Amino acid sequence: MLKGKKAIIVGERDGVPGPAIARCILAAGAEVLFITTECFV
Amino acid sequence: MESQAQIKRLVDEHGKDDVIVVLGASDIEGAEIAAETLTVGDPSFAGPLAGVSLGLPIYHILEPEVKAEVPADVYDESAGIVSMIVDTDEVSRKFKAIRENVTSE
Repeated sequence: MLKGKKAIIVGERDGVPGPAIARCILAAGAEVLFITTECFV
Repeated sequence: MESQAQIKRLVDEHGKDDVIVVLGASDIEGAEIAAETLTVGDPSFAGPLAGVSLGLPIYHILEPEVKAEVPADVYDESAGIVSMIVDTDEVSRKFKAIRENVTSE
């Protein structure tokens, strides 16, 4: 499902931040196209 | 809004083949709105994705099927704490429904 895919990552500061998701995605064999970490305050 | 513009630009450049979206919001209702924005378009009609249906497969990092593809040590360090406070089964149900809705269009 993830291996070989190109991921657009939208993380959340108060949830799972973008870079943390990216570590998971890269470890699963996918490529990262874009990372952001959103926050409300 | 800037993220919407950047994502739209990326999809225009790379196409949709093999592109997926992975979210990390701890609030599931907020994640659903983000998912809707990146699949059928911005529901508030405020951003660049207003009326733009990207139809991208969208996942949440806390879904068990996503977790299953990540080495356990990496996952635990990156998302483990949040996965303990969010109902991951509910996340899985909601995001499966969103993906099914996108593929049926």
